[in-house]
Amino acid sequence: MTTQTAVFQPTGRRFDWRSFEFLGGAVLTGLMAALVLLSVHIFPDRGAAMDLAARLATPFASPAHWLGTDPLGRDVLARVLVGGRISLLVGSLSVLGASLLGIVIGLVAGYYRGFWDMLLMRCVDVQLALPFILVALTFISILGGGLGNIILFMIVSQWVQYARLVRGMVLSVREREFVMAARAFGVRDLAMLRHHILPNVIGPVIILMTLNVANNILLESSLTFLGLGVDPLIPSWGGMLADGRTYLQTAWWVTVFPGLAIMLTVLGLNLLGDWLRDRLDPSGKV
Amino acid sequence: MSVFLIKRVLQAVFVVLVVTLLVSYAVRLTGDPALMLTQGAGSVTEEDLANIRTGLGLDRSFLAQYTDFVGHALVGDFGRSFLGGTPVARLLADALPATLALALVSLFLSVLVSVPLGIQAAVHKGKGADQCIRVVSLIGLSFPNFWLAIMLVLLLSITFPLLPPSGWDGPASLVLPALTMAIILSATNVRLVRTAMLETLSAQYIMVARSKGLKERVVLYKHALRNCAIPLITYIGLQFGNLIGGLVVIEKVFNWPGLGTLAFDAISGRDYPVLQGTVTVLSLVIVAVNLLVDVAYGLVDPRIRNR
Repeated sequence: MTTQTAVFQPTGRRFDWRSFEFLGGAVLTGLMAALVLLSVHIFPDRGAAMDLAARLATPFASPAHWLGTDPLGRDVLARVLVGGRISLLVGSLSVLGASLLGIVIGLVAGYYRGFWDMLLMRCVDVQLALPFILVALTFISILGGGLGNIILFMIVSQWVQYARLVRGMVLSVREREFVMAARAFGVRDLAMLRHHILPNVIGPVIILMTLNVANNILLESSLTFLGLGVDPLIPSWGGMLADGRTYLQTAWWVTVFPGLAIMLTVLGLNLLGDWLRDRLDPSGKV
Repeated sequence: MSVFLIKRVLQAVFVVLVVTLLVSYAVRLTGDPALMLTQGAGSVTEEDLANIRTGLGLDRSFLAQYTDFVGHALVGDFGRSFLGGTPVARLLADALPATLALALVSLFLSVLVSVPLGIQAAVHKGKGADQCIRVVSLIGLSFPNFWLAIMLVLLLSITFPLLPPSGWDGPASLVLPALTMAIILSATNVRLVRTAMLETLSAQYIMVARSKGLKERVVLYKHALRNCAIPLITYIGLQFGNLIGGLVVIEKVFNWPGLGTLAFDAISGRDYPVLQGTVTVLSLVIVAVNLLVDVAYGLVDPRIRNR
């Protein structure tokens, strides 16, 4: 499936971009995820302890606070790592929900066509025309912010992407010979979708999922930054950026480090997504 | 062709109707403007609240309010703001130029940067230059756009106080928001240009152009770039909704007096007519851009025209 550039050149002589992408992505994502997941054990106080004697400590100055402290004397490193749990949770749950829903609807619409297919495509049109962030704002000002509502919103607004992708691929796969052969053997619809069609469309879906985990981490931080996301009392990357912005002039590190944490995590996921795209989707459907 | 055109226009009208319907319905669920208006006004009876609602036309059925809105919107009347009574059409007309200026300047800057870079990446595919450009553009896609905005403020108006950090204070105020938007747009555009160019460069007419002995610059910018303009425009059209979304957040961070800031304030103030008007205008712009792109593409490519 991959384009074998290695065939034309001796391996090892030239820098191999594809393995760099994979390594970089896996290391970044793995490291950030591990640090975030272990944060509660590394910092049992969950970044809530206030060291009032060391308020606004500058970073890299004392071993007690590697990344400095905020105006309340809370350790920035602890808060960044503990806050990352929100991002990982929102990113993974929203993508799981949206992809499950989208895959099922896409399979049905692409396989059976007709009314449901038409309905899906009109949903796609509407979704493309909506200024996404405004819809998010409206939706969240109705339901209120909070973790559950953000995840729900992402699922509601993103299943269409998966449905559209799956539908498009099912349309071409269902005309292939092996599907006809299976039908001639009397394979029922459900088994056909599960065993013959789904395995042939899942690759690009996995790429979209990876990229959307990254996107949703960015989206959650934007919403929380704007005061419409997660409760500001819970440490989260977007919330820390909103806090830090007010004392940007005196303490740049409070704003810089949560942003860097987002960047490293999302960059890792994007590298993995790119690598997967090269491997699973050479024709570029996603 | 005309059938395709009519179908496409009808679809677009349908989409705009659904979008406005959704938005007007959702807006009315966000809270009671009568309560917002009377906040801090001392003793307010239920009767006062009911009077305010009648005055604003909120006592009628949703469908009546919606058809009213559409009817008036068709002749350019979006009602009056609940807060202050200014006609929404005027608020929109005041904010639209600021948004357009920001969008156009940043789009222009981004094209200026991303087209040459994307072409270079495609020409040197797999080599150092390509990999550098790919990594940099991927990094550009990996941080929240408001964070980039804050970092630029930190650098260019706090550490080195060169530019105003927010608001509108002469043309210098445009620099930071436009720079932020341009960087964000370029990260995506470089990758788009690279992909489109890779496809075009493998075409036979490029080989012909090269074997004729044309200068490489002419081959790239005259033959190749023109031919990949169509897929590029299509893709940028599809991304236009995201562009508007990014713009909305950046406007808010820089307190830029455009449609995004208008919409934000309308949401927090429960100012239905203003929010309705803003979202309608923004989605109209998005739908119109998509329609134009589709029609332009259909004109060139018969396979799409006859679909």
